Amino acid sequence: MKTYHLNINNKAVRVEAEADTPMLWVIRDYVHLKGTKFGCGMGLCGACTIHLDGQPVRSCQTPVSSVKATGKITTIEGISANIEHVVQKAWIEEQVPQCGYCQSGQIMSAVALLNTNADPTDEDIDNYMAGNICRCGTYQRIRSAIHLAAARMKSESGSREKNLKQSSH
Amino acid sequence: MSKINNIHVNRRDFLRYTGLSGAALVLGIAPANADESVGISNLSLLEEGHSLSPYVIIEKSGKITLFSTRPEMGQGVYQSIPALIAEELEISQDQYTVKQTGGEKQFGGAQFAGGSFSVRSDYFALRKVGAAAREMLISAASRQWNVPESECYAENARIFHRPSGKSAGYGELAESASTLEVPANPRLKDAKDFKLLGKSVKRQDIPLKVSGRAVFGIDVEIPGMVYASVERCPVFGATLKDYDKSASLKVPGVENVVEVEKVFGVYKTKGVAVIAGNYWSALKGRRALKINWDYQGKEYFNSQDYAASLRKLAEKEGVVDAAVGDFDKGFAESTKKIEAFYETPFVSHSTMEAMNCTAHWKEEGKLEVWASTQVPSDTMRDLTGRYNLKEENVLIHTCFNGGGFGRRLAIDFIIEAVNLSKSIKKPVKLIWTREDDMQSGPFRPPTFSSLKGGISGDGKLLAFQHKVISPSIMAFLNPDFDKTKLDGNMTEGISHQKYEIPNMKNLFVYSDIHVPLLWWRSVTSSTLAFSHECFIDELAHTAGKDPMAFRLQMLTKASDARRVLQKLKEVSGWDVPMAEGRGRGVAQWEFFAGLGGQVIEVTRQSDKSVKIDKVFAVIDLGTVVNPDTVKAQVEGAVVMGITAAIKNGITFANGKTEQSNFHDNPVLRINEMPPVEVHILAEGGENIKGVGEPGLPPVAPALANAIFAATGIRVRKMPFDIDNLTS
Repeated sequence: MKTYHLNINNKAVRVEAEADTPMLWVIRDYVHLKGTKFGCGMGLCGACTIHLDGQPVRSCQTPVSSVKATGKITTIEGISANIEHVVQKAWIEEQVPQCGYCQSGQIMSAVALLNTNADPTDEDIDNYMAGNICRCGTYQRIRSAIHLAAARMKSESGSREKNLKQSSH
Repeated sequence: MSKINNIHVNRRDFLRYTGLSGAALVLGIAPANADESVGISNLSLLEEGHSLSPYVIIEKSGKITLFSTRPEMGQGVYQSIPALIAEELEISQDQYTVKQTGGEKQFGGAQFAGGSFSVRSDYFALRKVGAAAREMLISAASRQWNVPESECYAENARIFHRPSGKSAGYGELAESASTLEVPANPRLKDAKDFKLLGKSVKRQDIPLKVSGRAVFGIDVEIPGMVYASVERCPVFGATLKDYDKSASLKVPGVENVVEVEKVFGVYKTKGVAVIAGNYWSALKGRRALKINWDYQGKEYFNSQDYAASLRKLAEKEGVVDAAVGDFDKGFAESTKKIEAFYETPFVSHSTMEAMNCTAHWKEEGKLEVWASTQVPSDTMRDLTGRYNLKEENVLIHTCFNGGGFGRRLAIDFIIEAVNLSKSIKKPVKLIWTREDDMQSGPFRPPTFSSLKGGISGDGKLLAFQHKVISPSIMAFLNPDFDKTKLDGNMTEGISHQKYEIPNMKNLFVYSDIHVPLLWWRSVTSSTLAFSHECFIDELAHTAGKDPMAFRLQMLTKASDARRVLQKLKEVSGWDVPMAEGRGRGVAQWEFFAGLGGQVIEVTRQSDKSVKIDKVFAVIDLGTVVNPDTVKAQVEGAVVMGITAAIKNGITFANGKTEQSNFHDNPVLRINEMPPVEVHILAEGGENIKGVGEPGLPPVAPALANAIFAATGIRVRKMPFDIDNLTS
């Protein structure tokens, strides 16, 4: 057992764990954040997707010992305090989830996609999201929800720019 | 409806269960008489010894609780079932909380989700409960205000007096309403006045599911809990010989290694469980186990031999499923005759949440269980019987199911977890790995089909025969099952399509197998629709007819199936010719769960490959509760249907499952999903059909028929690789 100092959702966390313990189980069993899900244990399904320094990673393939103390980990619980993230809202608007089990991972991937590509095409979405399996088959709605979130982000940033311009006058 | 089968629950038991103190209006369903017709009852007037399923509780504080006996596994019942009560009670979705039942006897023996039954079973019964509560609250208000009931109405969880404008909240009226007789025939609302039913209202479980807050079985944590992973024999039918646990016990975090029994169908098998303070340690400890199994001769079993045995069995006559006219005579008199043989594979359910259960065997005779399960009632029945426990000493928490698809109709993983907790005397969370989940089964069985058809001189289907050769789910689940008789589960739908065929004789040949089997979304219809509807297509081409016209020609009488095909013809633009290299296929299927049909369009990419362009789906429902949920279910069924059609199934070699995870038993991914356009036929009325399953059976045949149209390749074996097609 070793002691690891982690930053999860902007909180300092101290964990005693074996070095090879995947972050998935550290997050779920040691830090008690249950939104990150176990799906396959092989990095094949994306249910366990978290962000490490803003990049999506499969937490089931990320040993705790590989995470630097300065590394910033974000889980589904960390993307907004009260379901106000634009992607979460789009997911509700489009009624994406069915069983919902894969959706934390889907949302974490979608947030990462929109951080790098503010206006993805269907093809961009398909390429980026192909690592996340949904057995209920919500893919069509995931596509629409990502487009909706992108449109909302665009109009929000547009109105921000407009406000800035107006205030500078 | 009549499935609600209450046993005794008295008022004291009920109050203890709900934790209610003080007066409240509690309304539920109680069997009115011996024929199991149901009436609505009021708990406070219930005679001692009479029973009640309390679906509505209105407390003096104004708090409203609605109970749902239907586990949520993605199909949307968390919204649609309570909405049946809420509609009639005139409350909005933010004015009540939903409580999921856990097999308690007061809610009867039909607490389950499966067979696309939930909404159609509860539709009128729960509306009646809501309507009765509304009328009692109106009655209480009219007495309190000394005004006629006709001047009062319910809205937004309040009763209003129309002339004076005064009003009272449900909580204020609950106590006096609870003293009133329940109206025998409460008036149900007219559909035109619905605020929730028939509307695409938002599901209340979705905010929980986009924020990581929904509690699935795997998310449960209880004080003092340990984790377990179990090594089971990979060869079906093998037994545990001996094992060495010394290396496992040296793994840091591992606390204990014990044998544990799993019970399912005809099997009672022992595995070796590693118990640890955290799950990762349990997994590592499991890898360090050294186990010797006794394979019992089952290590020679493989898929090729099994498939060959099914083909051989096709030579048998079989038992009759149904017969119309004289098949042999009709076939002999036919001008054109064709025969074909179709094959389908075993498939896994592969729910995203692998099987898991948290169990706490407490001091003498008390048990608490947390699980993602489709069957709270069966779980209660089984556990109380198996361990000789009183029902009031067993508490089952029905969690959100991370996918069901039929897999969670079995409770093998629950029994395994309870056995473990009983053995180690601690609360334990048992989590199956993805490999455990995919390799252990149970699987949807394959069906092989031998088909014959004859066309008359004027191009009509004169004689038709569908012989099914398959193992039997019921024979696996029940050792006393009579294998010499017809198993109607395995011939599902083949004799009940609406096609008017003058001479038909359908048959069944049973095949033995030792691999665990279970129902899977749309069950046998998921394979039989493929062989049946593809062969109908073959017959259409043999007759020189358009496949849509050929089907409609056999549906001269008005029927739901005819309407589905006509709708498909219209929405898909069936009569608009397609460009060279493109093709469309059609299929429809009617079975226990309901009725759906699809047209699928494909484009030829090369001589041997196609791309799926578009799916037009029609589902026939009678009455719809949440159209958006219905669309979601059909979209999802199409995805699952395409996976089953074109991705690897499950195969066996050396007695073991060959596939282990999503790399070798893949499911459809987002980049492979075609656009799906869903059309709902809901003409109203009391003939309500199911939603969860009917979107699946037409997928494979519609796709295979489209492939034939585009490429001339006739696919007769599932799965088929659309990138490398062979006939």
